[in-house]
Amino acid sequence: MLEIKNLDVSVENKQIIKNLNLKIGPGEIHAIMGPNGSGKSTIAHTLAGKPNYLVEAGNVDFKNEDLIAKDPYERSLLGLFLAFQYPIELPGVTNASYLKQILNAHRKSRGENPIDAGEFLKILKEKSRNLNIPMEMHSRFVNAGFSGGEKKKNEVLQMDLLDPSLIIMDETDSGLDVDALKSTSEAVNKLRDGKRSFLIITHYLRLLEYIEPDHVHVFGDGSIIESGDKSLASRIDNEGYKVK
Amino acid sequence: MNKINKDNFKQDAYKYGFVTEIEDEKIPKGLNKEVIKLISRKKNEPKWMLEWRLAAYERLKSMEVPKWARANIAEIDFQDLYYYSSPKDFKDKPKSLEDVDPKLLETYEKLGIPLKEQEALAGVAVDAVFDSVSVATTFKEKLNEIGVIFCPISEAIQKHPDLVKKYIGSVIPVTDHFYATLNSAVFSDGSFVYIPKNVKCPMELSTYFRINASETGQFERTLIIADEGSYVSYLEGCTAPMRDENQLHAANVELVALDNAEIKYSTVQNWYPGDEDGKGGIYNFVTKRGLCKGNNSKISWTQIETGSAITWKYPSCILRGDNSTGEFYSVAITNNHQQADTGTKMIHLGKNTKSRIVSKGISAGKSSNTYRGLVNFHRKAENSKNFTQCDSLLVGSNCKANTIPLTENNSNTSSLEHEATTSKISDDQLFYCMQRGLDAEEAQSLIVNGFCKEVLQQLPMEFAVEAQKLVSISLEGSVG
Repeated sequence: MLEIKNLDVSVENKQIIKNLNLKIGPGEIHAIMGPNGSGKSTIAHTLAGKPNYLVEAGNVDFKNEDLIAKDPYERSLLGLFLAFQYPIELPGVTNASYLKQILNAHRKSRGENPIDAGEFLKILKEKSRNLNIPMEMHSRFVNAGFSGGEKKKNEVLQMDLLDPSLIIMDETDSGLDVDALKSTSEAVNKLRDGKRSFLIITHYLRLLEYIEPDHVHVFGDGSIIESGDKSLASRIDNEGYKVK
Repeated sequence: MNKINKDNFKQDAYKYGFVTEIEDEKIPKGLNKEVIKLISRKKNEPKWMLEWRLAAYERLKSMEVPKWARANIAEIDFQDLYYYSSPKDFKDKPKSLEDVDPKLLETYEKLGIPLKEQEALAGVAVDAVFDSVSVATTFKEKLNEIGVIFCPISEAIQKHPDLVKKYIGSVIPVTDHFYATLNSAVFSDGSFVYIPKNVKCPMELSTYFRINASETGQFERTLIIADEGSYVSYLEGCTAPMRDENQLHAANVELVALDNAEIKYSTVQNWYPGDEDGKGGIYNFVTKRGLCKGNNSKISWTQIETGSAITWKYPSCILRGDNSTGEFYSVAITNNHQQADTGTKMIHLGKNTKSRIVSKGISAGKSSNTYRGLVNFHRKAENSKNFTQCDSLLVGSNCKANTIPLTENNSNTSSLEHEATTSKISDDQLFYCMQRGLDAEEAQSLIVNGFCKEVLQQLPMEFAVEAQKLVSISLEGSVG
């Protein structure tokens, strides 16, 4: 699914990622943990193609395509989804029309016609119900004035709608209270189908108690310094991020 | 890699830039008494109208071209223009659509304005003005049944002289300023609307202006009168072919709302803006003014300004009646080398008058976009209120946005509220949308349409979707 080889990334002339290697197979859930400022989020932004994140060396193969050569929207259409740590506000754009437009962009790239209004409403109702999102939220402007929990739920709703093959979650647990964390995680777990892969970037163990990873990596000084299974996450939680 | 096409300045061709190959009939170039007499004769006008025009012309001789706009305007040689152009063999307005030259009908079809009534948009009556003449007006009979008059102003001058005489020049005085006076002397055609007492006009009325001939100025004149207790919603659209020369469009629009009447006037202006290097395009110097003459009357202007090389206009409201309301909703988009200096004047004369101004300026490319407004409270305008909101959005870093709001408050009991913002489309917003599969232009268009939403939703439903598309098209090639 995804293979990162010898990746160096710099942001504003500062090297953040140094010789990163990571392979994620279909259906696998990988978690990257690390202290603040270690560059975890840089991985997410680089994979999604954020401008100013310069790949200095190495390459990334996603579904047998050269990911780095592609524009951000092409990466999305190819099946890469990034759930933002801080979802962006779009004043004046209602959530419903935004959701419909991004869905139609994906349908178009698959050669399908734009979705019919009635069918869209049906899908939106069903998916919103799963996340306990009131329909009223869709007539508000995208993320504008949303609470932290609403923003994160809206991210999960979008990943559900776009049906991606790789989901990168950037600190999705930050700003969520226990109830919101639980319902968000449940919704994410429903998206686990054995084929879809996940890369979960987080600071804390608690998200990983709800979404169980197959592999856990500890990130420090721009690279993965230790890898293991789920138990590594518990150890980090007890002992902190000290390098062995 | 990681690029959002920073320097992609490829511009899609202006969709309406074609020329209709039709023989036209022009009167000689130049501005003089003979030309004015000739225009008047062509229109078969009564003597009083000719005298009115000539008086304007006399006045014009002592007036100077105004120069205060924040725009670089090339010198205009007023003697080197044609002031009248009409399709040949157009002595009388065709009685029915069967008599209209098929090429003209085809032109309007191409512009998306079918004139054959059975194919026309239900609920919208259209007056089509081609260069200096009105070529067709749809749904006229249907409107006649309820007493609504909707016809070319040249026809109204002959058939409804009392109404025209009473109101023409009553809102924009003949002596107002150079371009208004010029229009009064040489105006060719435009629409006339009269809504009788207590009639709510059941359909949208609209005029579609098309400049076709070269080296020709279009000087249309529109007069709308809403009698007591009546309501009308009116929309105008405008396009022109792509030409290297700058063409002048200097219209006068006058609105009069009597007691308890309401006029909603919407404009979708898409004159040819010139090419990427700023060559050619329309000079759009228009005077639009509404008079809330009666108590509890209301006039609302909505404008979507996307075209023209230079736009210079301030649709205004004179709030004379007590409790009257004036509104101005504007989206002005400039790209490449376009210049826009636009805004409104709200003149509060009556008691308890209210006005609301919402202006959204979007500048891209190397363009310049200025909001200029005046809110004036007269001494007698007790308990009056104004709310003004001016938002500017910059696309790229070579464009300019200016806001010049003036206020004059001579009333102790009146209040003003003003909000202004300037923002740029943030890279974060673009990246967010692109991460969800929208390309750079789709992302930008989504964000810009959101920015304009408050104004776009004021448009009649039939046109709101078109306007949204136009907003996107106008900014094509400006992502950065």
